[in-house]
This record gives sequence, structure tokens and C-alpha cells, in this order.
Amino acid sequence: MILSRRTFIFVGAAGAAALVAARLLPRTTPPSGALDAAGTAVMAAIAPVLLAGALPADPKLRGEALRETLVAIEGAVAGLAPRAQGELNDLFSLLALAPARWSLARTTASWQDASRDDVERFLDRLRDSRIGLLRAAYDALHQLVMAAWYGNPRAWPAIGYSGPPDLGARERTS
Amino acid sequence: MMDTIADPVREGVARGWRVIDASTLTGDLTLEADVVIVGTGAGGGTAAEILAEAGLSVVLVEEGPLKSSSDFRMRESDAYPELYQESGARRTRDKAISILQGRCVGGGTTVNWTSSFRTPDATLAYWQRALGLAGFTPADLAPWFARMEARLSIAPWDVAPNANNAALARGATRIGISSGTIRRNVKGCWNLGYCGMGCPTNAKQSMLVTTIPGALARGATLVTHARAAAFTWHGDRVEALECLAMDARGTRPTSRRVAIRARAYVAAAGAIGTPALLLRSRVPDPHGVVGRRTFLHPTLVSAALMPERIEGYSGAPQTVYSDHYLDSLPLDGPMGFKLEAPPIHPMLTAITLPNHGDTHARRMRELPHLQVVLAILRDGFHADSPGGTVTLAGDGTPVLDYPLSPYLWEGARRAFAAMAEIQFAAGAKSVFPVHGDGVEFTSAAAARAAIENFDLRPLATPIVSAHVMGGAPLGADPRHAACDPQGRFHHLANLHVMDGSLFPTSIGANPQLSIYGIVAKLASGLAATLRG
Repeated sequence: MILSRRTFIFVGAAGAAALVAARLLPRTTPPSGALDAAGTAVMAAIAPVLLAGALPADPKLRGEALRETLVAIEGAVAGLAPRAQGELNDLFSLLALAPARWSLARTTASWQDASRDDVERFLDRLRDSRIGLLRAAYDALHQLVMAAWYGNPRAWPAIGYSGPPDLGARERTS
Repeated sequence: MMDTIADPVREGVARGWRVIDASTLTGDLTLEADVVIVGTGAGGGTAAEILAEAGLSVVLVEEGPLKSSSDFRMRESDAYPELYQESGARRTRDKAISILQGRCVGGGTTVNWTSSFRTPDATLAYWQRALGLAGFTPADLAPWFARMEARLSIAPWDVAPNANNAALARGATRIGISSGTIRRNVKGCWNLGYCGMGCPTNAKQSMLVTTIPGALARGATLVTHARAAAFTWHGDRVEALECLAMDARGTRPTSRRVAIRARAYVAAAGAIGTPALLLRSRVPDPHGVVGRRTFLHPTLVSAALMPERIEGYSGAPQTVYSDHYLDSLPLDGPMGFKLEAPPIHPMLTAITLPNHGDTHARRMRELPHLQVVLAILRDGFHADSPGGTVTLAGDGTPVLDYPLSPYLWEGARRAFAAMAEIQFAAGAKSVFPVHGDGVEFTSAAAARAAIENFDLRPLATPIVSAHVMGGAPLGADPRHAACDPQGRFHHLANLHVMDGSLFPTSIGANPQLSIYGIVAKLASGLAATLRG
């Protein structure tokens, strides 16, 4: 790893993690809470990979699904306690740095330009890391994306879930 | 047609219940009462009604919102952010354990799965024998359990279990272990399966529709969106409770404050919130017991694919249990576990299933055939199971550090093996213990061999908890206990704890009825003292 172990002192987040080191970096946006630009870039890059096989095949529907997923993630982050929001934003700030992306995905491409292979390598490295706090970061990203998509009724037909029962209909038949 | 279901909470508010939403305050507020109760869950709700029935004036303080049946739309995407601590994403310090706790009026009782067990005799016997706690034998508590069972309509559930629970019962029978049916606190239950998102029909007899309306009808005041910041105290007495008004989302304080003065103060903010409140208040704690010995019933998950449709999102979610792996081991021996089943809704399933991409997507497409068993580890009865510690982060919010010991992982390994064996016996085509990247097995022998060699470790093996207990334990000896056997804090005469924080170990069963019964006893004692 290019970043030293000392740099990889993690603190946690929203089911999540982040690097203490990132706290020393200038923030690109004030810690207002919701997803910042760095966070949006990371989530936009990883969501299609985490959800590969789950999103609609039709390009238009797929685009809408991804947009709605990102909106739901932003809403989820805004609902987190301020401390968890700060930890997540620290993680995103770190991942905005080229050395971190090189260390974790062997690419210096920005998140906007990262290839699918880059992102898969990044996610696999987090998931399989010996360092608990990198696995915590994977967990946080996994949880945000999976919750955002599978909480969306658009996701339900493909998984055979018909949604909550209609209480009115239920009442009439019971 | 939702409007055909009466909403007793909205009706009560319309009739003039005293409810203050602190997020809307335009100035600071000062209240006075005989008793102020922090928290509206199983402990706070039970205490509120008993104290109000005794003719005492009561103020209830709740950090979360007041939501009721008209708001409960059975949508996970609404329920977790609105009704759960930290949007359902609360975790231990190292993030290895996910903690589901309610944060709304009614607390955990608004979102729990209705499982009702009296405190196991073995647990109470241990409290007496090993910890010297008097007054909490099964015979001492029986009348209090009976009282709360009557109040909350706790009764056997005679409806056939849903297919998910039925599979647990079938598998248990086939491998020759006992299982039973869980009693539930419901009245006229529609058997929908959405208890965890707030009961949309008011069938669940949570605090939200029972004791809290009971207290409000007797003139109690409920303050919502108010975070109890600290008690101020002098000498051996608490003088006030200072609260911060929260914004409507409940994440950040506004600039408004609420101060409440009372004769007695009751902390019932749950086993993370109560110790945190005591720590923020810098209460006298000469032996450092506050926040120590916090227990979680760490829970492992095993998923299986069944040939038949399971539809685990439908029907009462948790109705079958097995205590075989608790009862067949000595309480202070290897870690025992209770087996139960969870509801299987898309969002919770998607965040629980490991891995991503095609593997994850394929499993999600099999959702209707998914069967899930939980193993709830009984922590706190062994020297190698000291539980966790609640401390405060820089911003005053609680952090729970819960180290995962080899003793616990040994129990987890046996739990995975037992669950897989039961699921195959029940007819599973494949079983995938929720661990690592989620490898699946198509035979019991293969699963058994692999589980033996699982590399169990934090964050590779997801652990969940829905039961937080301890941190302000009962006991006569202040060197080991925060509260005396009447529930009074040892070092402040008018401060009482009435929630799951009181438990000196975990319960070894879903804790709601333990909280109801024990708090009913303690609150009745406090009511008698304050009236006398």
C-alpha cells in the first residue's frame, strides 16, 4: 500500500468508516450533512457495480433507477446522525485522493472516469481486506446502495415482492 | 381505505392530550411535574401509566417523533429513518454489530416483532445466586408479569405460523429438538407481517396505543423531538432535566431548550441512551459501573432457499422459537443461543445478504423462496462474556464498544452449524450462512465441514442486535450495581432507572416482557413512595 498503515487509522460511520487522516484535509464542501461532491462521485461510480444484475436492462429505465438510487442515498445520509455523516464524508474525501484510489483500486482515474473493472477491483479489495475498517467501509457503501435500491418499489417486481398489502382490500375480504 | 382504521393517537391529540412537539418551539420552555420520564419505550411507557394512575403529574420526554397508525405505510424506506435510532444504521464502535433500536413514541415497542417471554427462570436464578439480587425470583415477579400480560393482551398465538416460522418448527422437529410457539402482545392481529414498520392496524399492543394513551388521558404531558441532554444535580438530588429541542428530522438540535423540574427523575432511554444520559450528567459513579456490562444478544443469520414459496414478508414475523441450545447447556458454560425467525422484507434482506453484483442480485430474485433463521446468543453469564461499554463521543452522543471474544465466536460457529442443520432438515435446497462473501452449500455435510473452518471475525461475519440491555444494573452492592433493587440510582436519591439498562446480564429471550414486568414493580414502588 502506498498509504502507510499509520494513515489507515480508521474511524467509523453510518454502518460505515472513514479515515482519521481525512479529517486533516481541507474539505471540498462544508460539513453540511448531505452527500458532498466527492460522495456523489463515489456513489455514482459504485452503485451500478454493486447493483449489477439488479438494475433494469432498458437504458432509460436503468438511468432513472440509478438517479433515484442516488437521491435515496442522499436522503439516507441526510437522516444520519451528524457524527456518522461526518465520518462518511471523511471517507469520501479520502477516496477523492488519487493515492487512495491507487492503493485500493490500482487506478488514479477519477471516480467519474473509473472503469467498471476499476470499481470492481476497489469493491473486492474492501470486501476481502484483512483490515476491519476497510471491510467496514465496504459495509457502509453496500448498505447505502442496497437500501436505496431495494427500498424503491421499482426494484420489487424483479424480486417477486408485490409490496405491502392493501388494507382496504384486505378488510373487505376478511 | 386506510381511513377506515381508527387512529387512537390522532383522536387523543384531537381530544386535547398534552403533546408538545419541541421541533416547533419558538422559545425555550420550562415544565414542572411530580415525575419526568426520559424515554417512551417499554420502560418509560409502563412507568408513565402506573405513575399517572397513582395521581402523579408526569412529563414524558422523547427524542423521536410521534407517529401512529395513519403514518405507518408498511414501507421500509419510511420506517427506518422515521422510527429507528440513526435510521436503523446504529453500530458498535468498530461497526461489527448493527443495532436496531426504536426512536419514536413507544420506542422499541412500536417497531418490535411482538415476541413476549417472561424472564427465563434460569436467568433470574443466576441474578439471585451469582449476583445476590433479592426480590426478583420468578415468584416475586409473577404478579407483575401477569399484570402486564393482561394490560398488553399478551397471549398464545393460535394462528398457523407463516411458512418461514413453520420451516423452523419443521426442521427442529426433524432433528429431534424442541420448539414452541411465541406469545404475542396483539389484539385482533391481521397477520400482515409489518410489525417492524409500525403496526398499521393498532393490533400490536405497543406502548404507543396502550400505556402512553393511558398516561395522557390522565393528564400527563408528552414532549417529542426533545433530546435529554443532562440532569443537573446538587448534593444527592437531581434538580432539573435539561433537554435540547431537535429539528423535525430528529438529527440536529435547534437552538431551543426545554428544562423540566420534578420531584423524581426516571431514566428510561434504553440501554445505550440511559447510560449515555448518566455519563453526560456526570453523575457520581465512584466504582465506574455506568455504561459497563452492556449486552446485545449478538445475533447470527442463516439464509436458505426452499423449494416452496416462503414469502417471509407476509404473516406474523416471529412466532416460533427453540430454546434447545439454551436449555441443553449450563448457563455459565459455552455460549447458548435461542433460535427464532425474522421477517424477510426487501431492504433489510438486501443489506443483510453479503456480496454484491450478480450473486447478490440472484439471491434477491429468489426472495419469495428465502427462509431465514436467527441465532440469538445469550451474553453476560461467563467471565469471557463481559459485554460492552457505553462511552461518549466528542459531541456527547453514545458509542458502544463491544469486543468480540473467541468465546462468542465459538458460540457463533455452533449456531451456524445448528441453523444449517435445521434448514436442511426442513427441506432447504441450499443454505448460505450470512458470513464472508456468502458461499452456499447444497448438503448438510458440506455445510457442517465448511462452518467448522469458517474464519469468523468482525465485519466478515455480520452480527446484528435488536436487544440492548445492561449498563445501569440492579444490585444492592454499589461496587457492582448502578441502581438499588428498587431501581433507584445508588448515588442520587431522586434518580431512578426503569428500562433494560437495569439488567445485570442479558435476558436470554426477547426482553420486552422482562422490561414491562420489572418496571411495573419498580414504578409501583416509586408511586407509593411519592404518594406517601
